[in-house]
Parts: sequence; structure tokens; C-alpha cells
Amino acid sequence: MNGFFGQFGGAFVAETLIRNLEELEHEYERVKDDVNFRNEVAAILKHFVGRPTPLTPLHRIPSKLGGAKLYLKREDLTHTGAHKINNALAQALLAKKIGKQRIVAETGAGQHGVAVATVCSLLGIECVVYMGAVDAARQAPNVQRMKLLGADLRLVHAGQQTLKDAIGEAIRDWITNVHDTHYLLGSAVGPHPFPKIVADFQSIIGQEAREQIFEAEGRLPDYVVACVGGGSNAIGIFNGFLDDPEVKLIGVQAAGEGIESNKHAAPLVKGSLGIVQGSFTYMLQDAYGQILETHSIAPGLDYPGVGPQHSFLKDSGRVEYTSINDREALKAFEYLCRTEGILPALESSHAVAYALKLAPTLSEEMIVLVNLSGRGDKDMNQAIEGLERLAQLELEGVTV
Amino acid sequence: MSRIEKTFAQLREKEEGALIIYIPVGYPNLDISESLIRAIAESGADIIELGVPYADPLADGPTIQEACLQAVNNGTNLDICLETVSKLRASGIDTPIVFMGYCNSFLAYGLERLAAQAVEAGVDGFIIPDLPSTMAQPWVQKFEPHGLDLIFFLAPTTSEERAAAVVKQGSGFLYCISVAGVTGVRQSLPNELPGFIHQIRQQSTLPLAVGFGISNAQHVKEVSSYADGAIVGSALIQVIKQASSETVEQDVRAFVHQLKSATRRVAVERV
Ligand SMILES: Cc1ncc(COP(=O)(O)O)c(C=O)c1O
Repeated sequence: MNGFFGQFGGAFVAETLIRNLEELEHEYERVKDDVNFRNEVAAILKHFVGRPTPLTPLHRIPSKLGGAKLYLKREDLTHTGAHKINNALAQALLAKKIGKQRIVAETGAGQHGVAVATVCSLLGIECVVYMGAVDAARQAPNVQRMKLLGADLRLVHAGQQTLKDAIGEAIRDWITNVHDTHYLLGSAVGPHPFPKIVADFQSIIGQEAREQIFEAEGRLPDYVVACVGGGSNAIGIFNGFLDDPEVKLIGVQAAGEGIESNKHAAPLVKGSLGIVQGSFTYMLQDAYGQILETHSIAPGLDYPGVGPQHSFLKDSGRVEYTSINDREALKAFEYLCRTEGILPALESSHAVAYALKLAPTLSEEMIVLVNLSGRGDKDMNQAIEGLERLAQLELEGVTV
Repeated sequence: MSRIEKTFAQLREKEEGALIIYIPVGYPNLDISESLIRAIAESGADIIELGVPYADPLADGPTIQEACLQAVNNGTNLDICLETVSKLRASGIDTPIVFMGYCNSFLAYGLERLAAQAVEAGVDGFIIPDLPSTMAQPWVQKFEPHGLDLIFFLAPTTSEERAAAVVKQGSGFLYCISVAGVTGVRQSLPNELPGFIHQIRQQSTLPLAVGFGISNAQHVKEVSSYADGAIVGSALIQVIKQASSETVEQDVRAFVHQLKSATRRVAVERV
């Protein structure tokens, strides 16, 4: 059985789903190198999504902080505002080829849900999106967008009412409607072949970034930094550089209220091995294997598991995984707005925050490339509230 | 011959189907859980499927999800499940008991340690809905030497080729999922069910038990006419949920008894 990255991955799912997973893998293997399929995806990515996305050099931040040059890969400038559309589009086309007329998806931040609703509207496919009720409350603009786009949005009140619970409900829907439904998973997680398919569809980010940095600098970057929720934007950009050992790859997870606080979402930093939602990988669990609650200000990072390939890359040492807490992410969010005129998603702000710490420690010739996975319009309320809370604490003399 | 195989053989002699009852340990609470399980055994269940409650049960519908969450919140864990089996065995319950639970509960405990302790407690086998046979080799290697049965699923979506491989790996019985979906009470059984069972019958000599959606005595009667066992879970949980604390044990006894009396093998006209 393939479907493993070293010991990680697999397909630990109900027997009922096996046929669909096998069909998906089979069809994917058949079309992935098919010129017509690739051309179809490429054309829509160009004319509808707006690829290639720019690589933006930052000027003001390096001049203020000193240290390395900073570049942002601008996935926030895609249509719908995050990298999620790359995968949503290609998978929806694949589902259509398999003959599925209905798509179910989960969403955390709402970016994947919006992307799926958008491509379903574009391709004329029925669309159901599951979203945790807590996430829906904190990402209201995306809830409205999904509804406008014609998605049947179903709120999930089970469990912690966040991303994991939305995935759980989407899987149950899929088990019940196997015949006509494709589950359009939005990150490089879950059972084989999803981690592989999603990573492939996101690799366009790394391919473009690699060419663009060569064009701008005539060489590879020294560091590539990306936030890691399930791990799709990170694996997308890392894939452009995995075979270049001189490029250091950094995955940034959510430390929530603090990495030592037990209120975080950083399985690659603090987790242990287990099976979560179909895949053997690092996860957050208690001594009896129950999945632990997670905490992050960024809904897209608020997940107790991680894609199996990241677990593999951690253990092999190729990628270093670290974490950034809510406060640092909020500060980076604000700083990038003020200093460079770019409004990042709270998820992406974790990668930015790490880069802001890293760059000043490096020499001026060095290059740090950050994947700006999405834009922060969806996060305005959350972020402003959070920043006001921080300001209040500072006024009260609490060190933040 | 394992306790499970013996049970099916004896029932076959009597021309009866097996009644297999699912209940999570610790439901509705830890105080009465053990006595409810004993009541189920005493009222005629032929095999007991003891749920090791997991808070994220992806193959279960709302009824079992809720029951398992309640059991987890009551503090139920795998150690308590093992202890419960030990106590049931000590009090003379000889009914085959299989653990039904999700991969990660077992993996976190350690498969080697689990297998040894399960045998010592008196567990006969495992049903793991998120462990398809293709992923199960390491598990079979740990469980088989202890004589534990590992029971695999067949679904209406399982291809014939795949079914041929699954039936080779299973022991005890095969769990035939009546319909694509999650667990939960349903009004009627799918029309394709007898054909599905008939087809598996061509491929395996293992006993075939049907689960998912079997909700009342009529369903049990129908399933018993073409399969070797009927599995009931959500329907019993609903009985427990609706009962008062004074009557719950009595209600459970009455319900299980009623289901058991429907397992005599008779030809059933489908309406
Ligand atoms: C903008 C953005 N970045 C990152 C993520 C995290 O997902 P992943 O780790 O799969 O890239 C999300 C998820 O919703 C997102 O919306």
C-alpha cells in the first residue's frame, strides 16, 4: 500500500469510503499528466484566479529593522484572497471528471469554503460547506460570501465547533452520499490520497516563487517561511525548494496563548504520534488518545492534526517547525498593514511574525521568502478587537 | 474455536440468528453502566459490542456521537472499559464481548499492552470502524497471537475484488454495513441488502452480521432470515435516553428480550 510518507499517512477511514478514495487516486493518476487537464487548470488559474501571483520585495520593513531582504509571495492577491483556490479549482475539475455532481467541503477560516463555493458556481456544481459555529461567528464576512455564492452552508455545533468538527461532519456527509458526492478537502491532511493531491495542486506556489526569486535576485532564497495549519500553503511553497538543501524551510504553527500554555494548535512542536481524521501523523491528544482542544486566533490554524508529509519532513529534519503566539501574530498583522500597506490574513501573520523576528538576525545579503497565504479582510473584527485588548493590557502595564 | 465462533455455531444448530448489542461503556453514567451491560447479556444478547467511547467517532451518527461524548465526559477511558469486562466476567457473564472503538484509542494505549490486557480481562475481539483491512496488518500481527478476533467491515461500496481480500483477513464474523452512511436509527432496511449478503456468502464461510440502521424487532426478524447476526446500537441508546433512572434497566431488558425473540430463522416476505 502506498500513501505513506515514511511511517506517516495512510487511510484510516470507514470501509464505505475506500471505493471513493481509490477512485479518486486512480482518476488523479490518470489525469495529472494529461495535457488537456493541465491546460484547463492552467487557463482558469490564469484568467480567473489571476496567477501568477506577484513576488513583492519589502522596502520599509528591512530599512527599519535591518537584516535580511524580505519577499512576500502574494497568495492574498488571488481571486477569493487565499491560496485555497489553487486546490479547490483543480480538485473540483477532477471531481467533475469522476462524474460527481455534488461537492462537500469543510472550512475553518472560511477561505477554503469561499474558494469551493466560487469554483462550484463557476463550474455549475452543487456545493455544501460545513463550518464550525464558533468559526462562523468569527469569520462573518466569509459566511456571507459563501451564501451569496450559492453554497448550502451548514453550521456544525458538535465538539469545539471549529475546523476539526467541520471536517468530521463533511466526512459523515460523504459516507452517506458516496455515490454522487466528492469531498473537496481543503488542506494537505486526511486519508490518502488527499495529502498528496492537495500538495500537488498547491505546488504552483513554489514553482512560481522559485522562478520569481531567480528573476529578482539571480539566486535561491536562504529561508522560506510559511504558516502551517493543515499544511497546504506550506507544502505548496516548500515543494519548490525541497531539493535545494541550502534553502532553510521553516513551518510556523499557532502557539495560541503560548506554546507552554496548553492552549495552542502546534502538534508539530508539542504533539505526539497518532491517528487523526484518517492519517497517522503528529497530533494533540491526551493519554487515552482523545483529541485535545486547540486554541488560535487564526481559525485556519486551529487544528489538532497536521498533514502527514509535514510529520515526515519534521522527523527527517528537512523542515524546522516552530510557533508564533496570538499576540505576536496580531502585532505582525498590524505592522505589515502600517508599514507596507498589506493586510495579511491572521494565519499568514504567523509566518510574517516569524520572519520579522528572523530577518534582523541575518546579514543584509540574505533573503527570506515568506508565503503570504491570504488576505485579512475576513479578520478585521477579530484583529481590531484583539489589538484593542493588547493596547488595554499595555496601558495597564502588563507586559505583552 | 473462539468464543465468538462457538456462539455462532450453537445458534446455527438452533436455527437462530445472533443478536449483537452495542452499548458504550460509561453510558448513561458509570454507576449503572455495568449493571446495564449485565442486563443486556441476561436478556438474550448473544454477543456484546462494548463501545470504547471516542469523542470524535467519524463513522457514527448523532445518537452514538452524543452517547460516546457523554461517556467520555463521565470519565470513561480504556482502563475503565477493561475493568468493566473483568468485573462482568468475574460475575459469571460468559457472553462473547468485543470492543468497538476507534484506532487512536487503541494506538495511544499501545497495541501490545492492549492485546495482553484485553485477553486477561476476557475480551474476545475488536471492531475498529476506521481500520480498513488494507491498513490492518500490524494490528493483526499484535492481536492474532493472543487469540483475539479482529472483525472487519464490508460495505455496499466494497468492490468484489476487495471483498475477496477482506474476507481472508477477518476472523470471528464479518460486519456487513447495511447501507452507505453512518450509524443511526432508520425506518426501513435497504432493498439491496439481501442481495449484498448473498453475494458475500459466496465469498466467505465466516458468519455474516448486519449492522447500521437495524432499529426494531421487525428489522431483526428480516435480517435473521438471510444473515447470521443482527447488530443493534442506536435504537437501544434511544431507549436508554428516553427511560427514567428507575425504569432504565427494566426498559433495556424488555427491549433486548423483544429483539432476541425475533432472531428465530423464519422466511420473511418482504413488503
Ligand atoms: C489564509 C490562510 N492561510 C493558511 C491557512 C492554513 O491552512 P494550510 O496550513 O492548509 O495552508 C488557511 C486556512 O484556512 C488560510 O485561510
